[in-house]
Amino acid sequence: MNPAYQPYHPKWHRKRMPIFWWLGKPAYTKFITRELTSLAVGYAVVLLLAEICALARGEAAHARFLRLLAAPPVLAFHLLVCAALLFHSVTWLNLAPKALVLRLGGRRLPDWIVVSGHYLLWLVASGAVVWFLRGGS
Amino acid sequence: MRRSREPFFWALFSSGGMLAALVLPATALYLWVARPLGWVQAPTDAELVARLAPLLVRLVLFFVIALGLFHWAHRFRYTLYDGLQLSHLYGLIAIVCYGGATLLTVFAAWTLWRFP
Repeated sequence: MNPAYQPYHPKWHRKRMPIFWWLGKPAYTKFITRELTSLAVGYAVVLLLAEICALARGEAAHARFLRLLAAPPVLAFHLLVCAALLFHSVTWLNLAPKALVLRLGGRRLPDWIVVSGHYLLWLVASGAVVWFLRGGS
Repeated sequence: MRRSREPFFWALFSSGGMLAALVLPATALYLWVARPLGWVQAPTDAELVARLAPLLVRLVLFFVIALGLFHWAHRFRYTLYDGLQLSHLYGLIAIVCYGGATLLTVFAAWTLWRFP
């Protein structure tokens, strides 16, 4: 018998969960919001790729791309994307001490040190990105 | 017993999440908010191309794009399973998510290789 198969059990009763089960409690809503930030991450890297394609295709294509970026609805949507990306960064970096346990002299480094280190790294990386986009000045 | 592929995809998800957390907010705010609003001086096309052309820069861009895509694929897959309770579509959702990320990664590699 296929082990994945389950025999018919007429007595089993499973209560159906509503689709929006995660709206009932703030903690659940925060969890699903955090999970949905992956859409913003995917969108951001695809948009980055789209700009690189537009640049490769020439000035006219890139000018069209920039006009699209400046359209108010697109800009408003991108503000939302930025908010989601920031939410991703904060929730991701706050979880760092759960994934990374550092020991110094046999004692575990406290969580706040690991978190601060990651935030410092975030600051340095953001500075490097802006520095690079400004052309190294 | 067949070995699970989960750790492999989890590693991509996790490195993509870290890279995205560190570089994407600054990139998005600079390129897609500050630049269209005129808060920063927009680089010309020639300047942008010159900045993105070095092989090392294109390699970094490839990792940011590819790992960001696999971060999306893995996390969104589970959002669909748990959030919308679609676990009965397990195989289909996995194929669409990882397949989509793979196709876009191949396209990104091709585009960046030929750039500019």
